Amino acid sequence: MKQFDELSLLEIVDEVKDGDLIGIPADYSGVPMEFTKELIKKGIKDLKLYCLPLTTIQGDMLIGSGCVSEVEAAAVTLGEFGLAPRFSEAVESGKIIIKDSTCPALHAQLQATEKSVPFMPLRGVIGSDIQKYRKDWQIIENPMKFSGNKNEPILLLPAVQLDILIFHAPCVDKNGNIQIGRRRELATLAHASKNVFVTTERILDIDLFDDELSAATCLPALYIDGISVVKNGAWPCALPGVYGADNDEIKKYSIAAKTQKGFEDYMKNYLSN
Amino acid sequence: MIELKREELLISELADLLVNDKHIAVGAASPIPGAAALLVKEEAKLQNNRLRVTILHSNKYNNFTDGARELFDCAAQGRIDTFFLGGVQIDGEANINLVGTGSYEKIQKRFPGSFGSALMYFVVPQIILFREEHSPRTLVDKVEFISAPGFSDENIYRPGGPKFLLTNRALFKFNKQKKRFCLLKINNNENLENIIKLTGFKFDVDDKITNMSVPNKTRIDILRNKISYMVSEFYPEFADKIWGV
Repeated sequence: MKQFDELSLLEIVDEVKDGDLIGIPADYSGVPMEFTKELIKKGIKDLKLYCLPLTTIQGDMLIGSGCVSEVEAAAVTLGEFGLAPRFSEAVESGKIIIKDSTCPALHAQLQATEKSVPFMPLRGVIGSDIQKYRKDWQIIENPMKFSGNKNEPILLLPAVQLDILIFHAPCVDKNGNIQIGRRRELATLAHASKNVFVTTERILDIDLFDDELSAATCLPALYIDGISVVKNGAWPCALPGVYGADNDEIKKYSIAAKTQKGFEDYMKNYLSN
Repeated sequence: MIELKREELLISELADLLVNDKHIAVGAASPIPGAAALLVKEEAKLQNNRLRVTILHSNKYNNFTDGARELFDCAAQGRIDTFFLGGVQIDGEANINLVGTGSYEKIQKRFPGSFGSALMYFVVPQIILFREEHSPRTLVDKVEFISAPGFSDENIYRPGGPKFLLTNRALFKFNKQKKRFCLLKINNNENLENIIKLTGFKFDVDDKITNMSVPNKTRIDILRNKISYMVSEFYPEFADKIWGV
């Protein structure tokens, strides 16, 4: 029997429901852009983006298309191409709720879920306005007698469980194990998500666990609910180790999306290709 | 006399602040700090010294295998000597704002966000603040949002914090006791009056204030012939603009 479910891209898109808390990988971890395109076409609403720890064009497109009600992130940016224009506009006009965070806090909240504990402590952050505005975070005094410093205030972050995660991977083996290489934050995201779907460039006819070298690069199939082969599935974002970012295209987007009208014109063309 | 680009001067100035480090890490949106770190690594190699550089947005110049959280864990363990932070606004007490201008609830101009600053600023011994634009809108009396504070109460765990602030016009050192910047160097075509006028906060001036140092020919050659190509791997747009590679 086949060891995993091979799905069509549209079957994966159908798994995402209005209002879901969805895991969003950073631009260096395999952004599922082809999936995002279909999600926008479907007209999904009220998504809550949980970015680990940031999002670029994927988040900006979803926000500009009216699919998003809330974003938790350490940054939303187009990197070398400047501000994420639809994100900035949406925050300035109050269209979306932004839960400002910082990278290690976004990791720690998922790590709490990985371990199935209700919270995770983190140093730093105290005294920042990030902490001031996060009513879901708490500060306690270090309760440990023999670990850390006495009277030290320490920040506690709640565990966060994602409803769904979709990312794009270079390849999958015949048993459904996903090659993620050193992008281990994808494993953190997957461990903390109720459902995980992967788009991939190709399915290999080997078992990556046969070799110690390749076994260490895997996210095991046990965390995955379905896989779909989508060629060039991260374009125009990079797929590390496979292809680079299409910088001309991202630049083109960054200019067009400066206005809502320019964004809509760009998207009309993008969605029809 | 070799004609120098402003960015090359800043890279060289930053590089001078890194010579005693063992491990330098460079985060998002930082082509000039990235180039400076790789330059110092290359110079260390020529002296038969070992220096590690981790560029977060590079696959090649990256020592981490445990995912994006490893930078923060590694920094918290005290294994990173220098890290760079920027800011939409930086104030006279070294508080930094990467979120936006106006009040937070009714933000006027929204910027990307705080990235990892709220931990890195606390745990990395030498934080270098780097912001090219030196103007009253970037160097302000009080930031409108604190992404990370310049100093903390005594009972907060804080082995790290601000050491220097470099802009395209000046280099300041941060005095932790006085909670105040002190001007150390100014760009060659600048004068003190102008720096005072363009700085939104009050600061001290060092007795031995000098001009920024001009890199020697060996350093420029390494930068243009080697570092430029390395930078193009992770900041192609920047490398193309400065060196045409």
